[in-house]
Parts: sequence; structure tokens; C-alpha cells
Amino acid sequence: MTTQTETPVKDRRAAKPVESDRSKAEARLGQKLVAPAIILMLVVTAFPMLRALYLSLFNYSLTAPDDREFIWFGNYAVALTDPLLWKTTGITVLYMVVTVAFELVIGFAFAMVMHRVIFARGIIRTSILVPYGIITVVSGFAWQFAFSYQNGFVNSWIPGLAADFNWFGETTPAVIAIMVSEIWKTTPFMSLLLLAGLAQVSEDMIEAAKVDGATWTQRLTRVILPNMRAAIMVAVLFRALDAYRIFDNIFVMTAGAQNTESISFLTYRQTIEQFQIGIGSALSVLLFLSVLVIAFLIVKIFRVDLADARQEK
Amino acid sequence: MQKVGGGARVRPRSRLRRAAAAGSVTVLTATLLSACGSSGKPTLNWYVNPDGVEVLTQYAAECSTDDYDIEIQLLPSGATDQRTQLARRLAAEDSSTDLMSLDPVFVPEFANAGWLLEFEGEAGDAVTEGVLDGPLDTVMWEDKVYAAPQWANTQVLWYRKSLAKAAGLDMTQPVTFDQVIDAAADNGGTLGVQANRYEAYVVWINAMILGAGGDIVSDTEAGKDAKVDIDSDAGKAAAAVIQKLADSDAAQSDLTVSNEGTSLGLMFPADGPGEFMLNWTFAYKNYEGLVDTGDITQEQFDDLGFARYPQTVEGEPSAPPVGGIDIGVGAFTEYPEYALEAAQCVASDEAQVALARDAGLMPARGANYDSPELQEAYPPELLELWQTSLDEGGARPKSAYYALISQAVQSRWHSPTSVDPDSTPAESAKFLQDVLDGKALL
Repeated sequence: MTTQTETPVKDRRAAKPVESDRSKAEARLGQKLVAPAIILMLVVTAFPMLRALYLSLFNYSLTAPDDREFIWFGNYAVALTDPLLWKTTGITVLYMVVTVAFELVIGFAFAMVMHRVIFARGIIRTSILVPYGIITVVSGFAWQFAFSYQNGFVNSWIPGLAADFNWFGETTPAVIAIMVSEIWKTTPFMSLLLLAGLAQVSEDMIEAAKVDGATWTQRLTRVILPNMRAAIMVAVLFRALDAYRIFDNIFVMTAGAQNTESISFLTYRQTIEQFQIGIGSALSVLLFLSVLVIAFLIVKIFRVDLADARQEK
Repeated sequence: MQKVGGGARVRPRSRLRRAAAAGSVTVLTATLLSACGSSGKPTLNWYVNPDGVEVLTQYAAECSTDDYDIEIQLLPSGATDQRTQLARRLAAEDSSTDLMSLDPVFVPEFANAGWLLEFEGEAGDAVTEGVLDGPLDTVMWEDKVYAAPQWANTQVLWYRKSLAKAAGLDMTQPVTFDQVIDAAADNGGTLGVQANRYEAYVVWINAMILGAGGDIVSDTEAGKDAKVDIDSDAGKAAAAVIQKLADSDAAQSDLTVSNEGTSLGLMFPADGPGEFMLNWTFAYKNYEGLVDTGDITQEQFDDLGFARYPQTVEGEPSAPPVGGIDIGVGAFTEYPEYALEAAQCVASDEAQVALARDAGLMPARGANYDSPELQEAYPPELLELWQTSLDEGGARPKSAYYALISQAVQSRWHSPTSVDPDSTPAESAKFLQDVLDGKALL
């Protein structure tokens, strides 16, 4: 939510250094202009969030409205002490770490291709982005068919694998299948964000490194990557938060069977399938908090100032 | 993905977009107009599950009157998806959900949530009169009628007469699960059941527990305070049957993922003596159809036998499962009187007979089994067996928390290969109690 930079300023030089009356007036105008958007956001996001927070304090089933009772933080205690929550959190973190790691590497390679390619630029860039344009549910079904031992092709492509190997019969292969679908679908998004970072790396610096005799690897690790740190952080942050909330692929491919269910799926089951609004809301609040923690950790690990990442300084 | 692509083609695209916009406006207007009805005549929406849709469509038209039209809206095929879709609408007090086809276990849940209109007085008497005890029980909640029984489903033991004869099993007398499993195992046959982790597995467990004189939960109208009874002699007897089958040669290879369709093909295999199979009423028409297509011979079809659901405990009458469809009326409908009237019409005797004749979905009302059309389409003994099964059968627990109960049982009783009478009933009772008390996640 940057407000000041967007307000129309006639004389930028005068506005910057001292806080004049005019700049204060402009700031106030900016606040007024942005107020409707803020209010709208509060209505559509803050209200549901507060409502979820409120509902999470009840033992409440949609099919038994008369039995609703206020139990303070009882739902949180139940959820946090239940081994099922920790099991699904573990599998969700696994999904997140593995898929983001693969996407970062493949995505970077794609970004380099998109950045450096000299012929058929439009076609190559577009074809790399195609998977991202496909609806997740559709890609989930496509990969489910691909991995199916009845009509899929994966079993026949992997040497040494029995033709009737059931990928969805056990946890490990099912998780791998879900991850493949997820990686295929979202790597283009990662490479798009990384491409933006690559474009920011000044050619002069690379030239200078070349002149100084830096090898290709040195130029990559000493010049390109450090200068892309902010872009990498944004890419990893976005993807990690998305991956942590993984739902569609699991829903389509295994419906949560064989212990493949993620924390989002667990929340969905409580709320939508079992009508347990109270515990479901508590789980979604916990999910929200864990997303905040992950975002915080990633920002800390990459030691990047968010304002810096947006080039506001 | 509109971002990708050059700016040179702005013109044709914007023209295209305009055309598309104009098109969608036309479609939208048409939809709105048709929704309103050209003469302002109200339309009742009837949400149906995808069974016998052709007959239902025909009855939607026949039951439409000068006052209102009935329009069919198709629900998804999975029971969970049907339930969540209806629940989402009803929880939001949707006034356009007028009639709905409900699985029996949804009735208590929906009625308790205040989503169903009661069939009061005469309407209640009209829809329940002459209905067999099994289906009748499914529409009652707190002694009131909340739905109109339309068709009823039950399971019987299907078997190859030659296999039973080879095993020396007298099928004119009630048989037990033990006898059937032994007979199948000793003669190269199998027993087909539904034991995947889904609702029909609970149907099987519930029927066996009822058959042993027990139940999964009782006092279900108390909601969360219902009494959990699964850890009992009856629960142990049911677990013992599952364990025996899982350890026996009579188990089919896909036991842990078996459903209603998986064992159908094993009745008339290329070689081997065939099987015993627990399955719903549709099995008969299914095999009869195979004779017409030439997949099995008439001689093989004549070898198909049917008997009452096996006993869990010798001497104790079995409790065949009861399923089917009940017609409920949405509590928030704009036209409650029309909807109640329409519900009675689509569950009428004529509709029930038509559904049985054309779609193989058996009537909920006993007298309809005597109709000449049904007597011609099915062997009279089979019709009688179905009637008795529905009359003496047992429904699954009627509770506002049924979804929790069912899933809790599934989570502890699946896989069937791990069921142990000494531990499974006790573990599932504890877990079910915790889930009902809100002390465990499911």
C-alpha cells in the first residue's frame, strides 16, 4: 500500500526534502483518495477474518445450531494437541520445501532461457508460460490420468517400473505425483518473477566481470545472483506461501487418501464436509498464523528490506 | 492469460471482445427470462441425484401443474458432493431450493439444522401411508415427517446356485456370514463386499452390528450426547466377521478398495465357480442385461440365486441395509404449498412403479410390489425378498452428526485387513466419543 509515491506532484524537488504544508496536504489528499479502497478491503477481508476468529471460539456444527456453545480457546487446544494436525503440517511443509526448491532451480533455468533467447522469443516465452495458464484442477486431472496405471503413460516411460504400479496406492508415490503436478503447474510463475529480477541486473556489471576474467560460474554466483536477491526472495515468498496452502491437486488426485492431505485440506474437511464450523475456523486461523510465520522467516532468511525489493529507496 | 501477446492486434481483439460481451448479454437475458417463466408462473427447482434421471424428468413434467413448473437440477454423483452442495445452498437460506432428492442419512442432519419443511398433518399421512418400515424410519426425525419416501434400496446375498450346492449350503434357510465365508473358501469361490474407505463400508459394518442385536450409537436424538455402543459383543461379532473374511481365501484380491462395482464381474468368471456377493437391488437388472448383450448365457443367469442378508450371529435375524431416496422440501422455499404438493406427486405410486420398471429403483410403498408391471419384470420371490428385507431391515444411525460418526468409524475400521475384534471396536468407540465431544480432529 504505497500512497505517497503515486500522488500527483508538480514539483518533486520541493516536495521531498522538507515536510512543507503542501506535502502534508498532499499526504492527506492521498489518504482520502485511498480510503475507499481500504474500506472495501476491510469489508471483504477483515470482516470474514474477524468472523472466523469469532466462530473459532465456539463448538458449533452447522447441522446442530441449537447445540452451539462458547468454549473459549477449546478448539485451539484440541487442534494443537491432536497428532493429526502435526502430521498434516509435516506433509504440508514437505510439499512446500520440495516443490519450491525444484521450482527455484527449474524456474531459474527457464528465466535464463527467456532472458537470453535471441530467436523466436515470443513463442519460447509463451510456451514456457503455458502450464501457468492452465487451471490447477485441469492440470491435476491431466497428471492423475498420466500417473494412472490403467490409462497413463508414466509407468511405461520409467524403466524398471511395473506396468500396474499404482501411484496412488501408497503415501510416497502419491505425494511424488502430487508434487510433480504442482511443480509443472507453477514453475512458469517462478520463472516469470525471476525473469523480472534478471532484467534488473545491469549488463555493465556483467561486462565488467567478464573483462576482469570472471568465469561463467563466477559471474552467476558473484554478480547475477547477489543482485537478484530481492527478486528471488519475492519469488520464493510468493511460491512458498502458495505451496503451503496447496489444495487443488490433492483434492483432485487423491482426495486426501493415503495420508496425502495438507493442512488446507484438513481445514476444508472440517468446515465443508463435516459442517464443523467451530473447529474449522480455528484451523483456518492457525493456517493464517502459520502463513505469517513462514513469510516472516523467509524475509529474515534473505535479509531483504521489502521496500528495497520494490525499489522505493 | 491475456497479458501475453503483442499490442498490434488490439483492434480485432477488442471487436471480438465486444462480440463476446454482446453474446453473453443475450445469453444472460435469455436465462433470466426463462428463469422467470414467460407467464410469471413459478418454477420449482428439484435437485436430483443422477439415478433414473429420465424417469424423474418425465415425472417433473407430469407433476407440473397450471400453477407451477418443476425443473430438474442435477446434483453431482458422489454422496458427499451432493450433501455439501445442498448444504451450502440451505445454509445460505436459498429460496430457490424447493425440492431435493435426499439420501436417507441426510434427512436427520438437514431436519435438525432446520433446512427441511415438515410434512404436517395430512401431507405427512399421505406420504407415509403404506410405506415399508425400513424406508419409513428414514424420513422420521423427532417423531415428525420430514421427507417423502420415493424409492428404497436394500441389499441381499446374491450367489451362484451351483456354488452353494457344491458347498452343501441349504439356501432356503437363513445362512450366517461364517457359513458363507467357509462355503466360498472351501470351494474356490469368494464373498464380494464393499470395504473401501467410504460410506458403503459403514453400511456393511452397521448391518452386521444391527444383525447381532447391537448398534453403533444409540439415543442419537441427543446429538453429541448420543451413547456410543460400538464397543460391545455385537461390535466384536461384526469385527470378527471382517477379520475372518480378510484372513480367508474367500476374500477378493481388491477387498480393501472394493465397492459395489468391483465384485459384479466375479459372479460369472471365465473359469471358477463364481461368488457370493452382498449387493443392492440393481444387481438383478445388471445381470439380466448381460444376457441380452450376450456376455453371459441364459443358463448362467438361471444359476443366479438370491437370499436374505446373512446373519452375523446364528439364530439372530439379519438386518439388511436400507437405502434409497427421500424427497425433501427446502425450508426457505418461496412456494411451500406447491412444493409439498409436488413432493407428494413425484413420490406417488405411479412414479414409484415407473422408477422400478424403467430404472430398477424399488418402490418405498409395499403395495406397489404387487403391481402387474413389477410382477412381470422381476421374479415374485425376489420382490418378496426385497419387501421383507426393507420391512425388517435397519437404517444407519439417524443423527445430526452422522457425517462425523460415519467418518470416525471408517477411519478406525479401515483397512479391513487390520480389523481385530479385540481392539478395533474399543478403539473406534473411544475415537468416536472423542470426536463427538469435540476432543479429536477427524
